[in-house]
Amino acid sequence: MEKLLELDNLHVSFQTYGGEVKAVRGVSFTLEKGESLAIVGESGSGKSVTSKSVMRLLPNKIGFIKEGAIRFQGKDLAKASEREMEKIRGAEISMIFQDPMTSLNPTMTIGKQIMEGLRKHQNMSKSEAKERSINLLKLVGIPNPELRVDEYPHQFSGGMRQRVVIAIALACNPKVLIADEPTTALDVTIQAQILDLMRDLQDKTGTAIILITHDLGVVANLAQRVAVMYGGMIVETGTVDEIFYKPKHPYTWGLLASMPKLNAESKELLAIPGTPPDLMNPPKGCPFAARCPYAMEVCVENMPDATDVSSTHKAACWLLDERAPKVEPPEEAVVGGAR
Amino acid sequence: MLRYITKRVFAMLLTLLIIATITFFLMKLLPGSPFNNQEKLSESQRYALNEKYGLNDPVPVQYINYLGKLAQGDLGYTFQFDGRTVNSMIVNGMGPSATVGFEALLFGTLVGLVLGIVAALRHNSFIDYGAMILAVFGIAIPSFVFAGLLQYYVGVKLEWLPVAFWNGPEYHILPAFSLSVGVIATVARFMRTEMLEILGTDYILMARSKGISKNAVIIKHCVRNSMIPIITILGPMAIALITGSLVIENIFAIPGIGEQFVKSINLNDYPVIMGTTLFYSFLIVVIILIVDILYGIIDPRIRVAGGKS
Repeated sequence: MEKLLELDNLHVSFQTYGGEVKAVRGVSFTLEKGESLAIVGESGSGKSVTSKSVMRLLPNKIGFIKEGAIRFQGKDLAKASEREMEKIRGAEISMIFQDPMTSLNPTMTIGKQIMEGLRKHQNMSKSEAKERSINLLKLVGIPNPELRVDEYPHQFSGGMRQRVVIAIALACNPKVLIADEPTTALDVTIQAQILDLMRDLQDKTGTAIILITHDLGVVANLAQRVAVMYGGMIVETGTVDEIFYKPKHPYTWGLLASMPKLNAESKELLAIPGTPPDLMNPPKGCPFAARCPYAMEVCVENMPDATDVSSTHKAACWLLDERAPKVEPPEEAVVGGAR
Repeated sequence: MLRYITKRVFAMLLTLLIIATITFFLMKLLPGSPFNNQEKLSESQRYALNEKYGLNDPVPVQYINYLGKLAQGDLGYTFQFDGRTVNSMIVNGMGPSATVGFEALLFGTLVGLVLGIVAALRHNSFIDYGAMILAVFGIAIPSFVFAGLLQYYVGVKLEWLPVAFWNGPEYHILPAFSLSVGVIATVARFMRTEMLEILGTDYILMARSKGISKNAVIIKHCVRNSMIPIITILGPMAIALITGSLVIENIFAIPGIGEQFVKSINLNDYPVIMGTTLFYSFLIVVIILIVDILYGIIDPRIRVAGGKS
């Protein structure tokens, strides 16, 4: 497979009044052509910051890439100029945001908002761009696109708006689509439709997708590979099957256990006790050690290296060290009830 | 849209009728009468004058007569000069007043917008703080203080511009500038706040993620949307400029409508008081209507009910 995007030891920090917040601390992953990779983790784990760094859309002056490389087709985006980035954004890499209610400009017709990118990157004339916009709206399943292209965002429902946002993102056939919690703000029934649409479009266009989410249901639906993030680091990566059926990291177990299950006997929802680490003063050992029920002394002192479980599966946990005691994942973390 | 405007015009006429009624009776409560202070007049002369202008009739009758004439657009005759109509006084006075007001509004809005935009784009920088300190001064210090300072330094000391009167374009600069200081300050503050808020919205991030240049995003997405609240304050501000300019008109001896208004109250010149009040009210309701229509043009979300059919 062809490597499209490669993050190498990315560090991103935010300069705040209180000090430097190290939001991303050494993230590496690769994305291949046409593949979909999910990045999962709870709020504050650095998922969104990672994706915004790839687009170089971190808040000006406050957020900055401290170290590491973002290689896209051989070019390091971490060092690219603003002008170079303008050529890449929308044309090569584009993004879908969480809340379709706020991610469209309320005073511009959706047609104009789709056309903007087309006119910029593909030098289309107004009429060509409009025609393409109508086709795109049709592609994302909006009825009467010829009429709706001249309407304003407030005339669309949340799900329809997210379809418009997807149409905007796909307008110039980007090679990578970053979807930052694309279904979080939507009704459950609409969520499924949007996921179906994204899978459909991926089949048609061959765009690689980076899916940022905290919803493991969405992951199972759309992704082929999963990276689990915690405290600004990737703690486990693997294929969907490996993460769901053979998870190795206690944090992944916690995530799986806290998924609500239909057949659960107890009505209680399981949670991982504690809160994520303070990234102003990140722990020197494993970031999850403070909340981990299996934590050992070494976990607090030293960050474990990523251990290969299989050729596609890696986890950074001291439990995988040969000297560590053998620990089985808790029953709640077992998907489908089968070990 | 047409139905909406018709409805609004009816409401405007009703508003004007209510204002006319209240002003009329309040005015009759003013102490003194128009010809009281002219001591050389004999009792019979005063009676004859009162008779001529219909002031001997009972107040309700005067009111009905006034409304009757008003309906025909006739504001009556002034008591100050023989045979001069209030209509002609307003038309003559309106020219300078509207000119100064409009110049101040245009200049103030443009400078205020630029200042606000620059302050927002250079948020928390020296330029930002400087612009906002200026804005606070502009809001806090009344226009007549600026007028006096400008007259003294630019007019008397440097002799660059005329101190007063109304004899050509160079006479506009000082009064219009004094009036515009408040506008600049208010517009700049509103624009800065609004720009900062909109710069942080998701749709700005979305627009940038399309690869559009930063400047294009600011102009097409941010500035336009930041203008919505500006339009709201611009309406009342336009009114304040035209009506509030009476102080400035007095300072610079501009023969405007504001100057006449002040004089007419001192002289109990009933038709001029009524005429200018109604004229001001008319301006206000018309400007409010214009603002409401402009709103719909800039922001499709508040396009009036029945606007599309």
